[in-house]
Amino acid sequence: MRDEQGDTMEQLIEAAAKALELPVEAAWLPAIKANLEVTLRFGNQVAGFPLPDEAEPAFVFEA
Amino acid sequence: MHDWATASEIAEAVRSGTSAAAVAEAALARIAERDGVLNSFTAVTRDRALAKARAIDAARARGEPLGPLAGVPFAVKNLFDVAGLATLAGSKINREHAPATADATLIARMEAAGAVLIGALNMGEYAYDFTGENVHDGPSRNPHDTGRMTGGSSGGSGGAVAGGLVPISLGSDTNGSIRVPASLCGLFGLKPTYGRLSRARTFPFVASLDHLGPLARSTRDLALAYDAMQGHDADDPVCARRPVEPALSSLGSGISGLRIAIAGGYFRRGASPEALSAVDRIAKALGATREVELPEATRARAAAYVISATEGAALHLDRLRARANDFDPAVRDRLIAGAMTPASLVVKAHKFRRWYRDEVAKLFDSVDAILAPATPCTAPKLGQKTLVIDGVEVPLRPNVGIYTQPISFIGLPVVAVPVPLAPLPIGVQVIAAPWREDVALRIAHALEVGKVAEAPRPQQWRD
Repeated sequence: MRDEQGDTMEQLIEAAAKALELPVEAAWLPAIKANLEVTLRFGNQVAGFPLPDEAEPAFVFEA
Repeated sequence: MHDWATASEIAEAVRSGTSAAAVAEAALARIAERDGVLNSFTAVTRDRALAKARAIDAARARGEPLGPLAGVPFAVKNLFDVAGLATLAGSKINREHAPATADATLIARMEAAGAVLIGALNMGEYAYDFTGENVHDGPSRNPHDTGRMTGGSSGGSGGAVAGGLVPISLGSDTNGSIRVPASLCGLFGLKPTYGRLSRARTFPFVASLDHLGPLARSTRDLALAYDAMQGHDADDPVCARRPVEPALSSLGSGISGLRIAIAGGYFRRGASPEALSAVDRIAKALGATREVELPEATRARAAAYVISATEGAALHLDRLRARANDFDPAVRDRLIAGAMTPASLVVKAHKFRRWYRDEVAKLFDSVDAILAPATPCTAPKLGQKTLVIDGVEVPLRPNVGIYTQPISFIGLPVVAVPVPLAPLPIGVQVIAAPWREDVALRIAHALEVGKVAEAPRPQQWRD
């Protein structure tokens, strides 16, 4: 199962690299994967916090 | 003028007749003597410094009034534009940039107050760093133990002031990059409210979270520099339209009437005995016993992490496509991961940011300041890759900032105060409500007067 997840993450990285035109070398994959796993875990941790649809994002912009 | 004079002592002496040129020459001599080891400077602006210092001496000779920072040498993290120098931002790639044609706003304001720019300082690549190590320029070295990290990313800004090369440096703080080196190098560091100080003509990292501020060996010097740099600047779209609100005039007002609490929960977990002991020592000196909990601080840190990774990736996307091999691999791999993070998670992080801001603001209805550790530990060894937090070995690079990230995430002003533990110092964050830098500085000053907080002179340079 772990291997399957690993493969999925690597496939995601390879597909995203293609879509974003990023030249990712095979040797970089383990570190990118480790970093992406942390970023996704943190992102999902934040996304798991319930907020109303009306919640305003805190982007900085003044018209 | 002795080597460890503070900025306020130097300015007073220069106003009274001490030669600013001699002060600048002495700083240049200290850099020549010590920086071979400390590696805090990446450029020394000798000619510029001497010309500026001589102009101050000439102004005094003509009987003109001198500024509050007259003749005070200072240096800036090399992401500040310095006219005539390429703005490196700690990178290899930016070395090919044309030299800056104008100084950063904050440099111009420091010099308008009489300060003398003496050089640009080493930093972690593109400020995505808490170590002070740099693969291109070599590591900044901690003056208290040159085998240890200064902390980053304003590593040279910490090393140069703690090593006595200059009394004031400027750094940037996106997630902790002023407060971490202040903690590991035993200095006072001010990260003002988000939007307080202009970022014009500095190389960005995460526009949503980037702040600039000073590091110094005394609170008076922090306040002097901070006051000199305040004021709206149309060149930075985020710089607030607020009047200058001087902090120096109230610095010695004491802490009577201030309600000071200790951050509990998240901020007590994972800290080393040294970090907790430092907070407890500061709390005791201030008579602070109430504990408050910043709600969802774990998620706040996570959200700051996501915003940093993704905005940083957006900033560097073209360079990652064209010059990936010219990055520090540790920075490159984090940025590439940031580029691949779904946008939906980023927007969620920004929504959470507003919620968290409002919740923390409620705490400031009943307290004026909150104390928290600045770093989970004292300075790690150079090259160290992991540290133990809560009994778990975790990567060092992203985790030194666990206590600073949830604070800068919502732009609160903080003074990092040094507690001179032996053998290594460590910092405590004095966190105030938005726009109340004056409160954090007052508390820091009271701690300094009471000798609870103190920027210790490194052992090798003690008399």
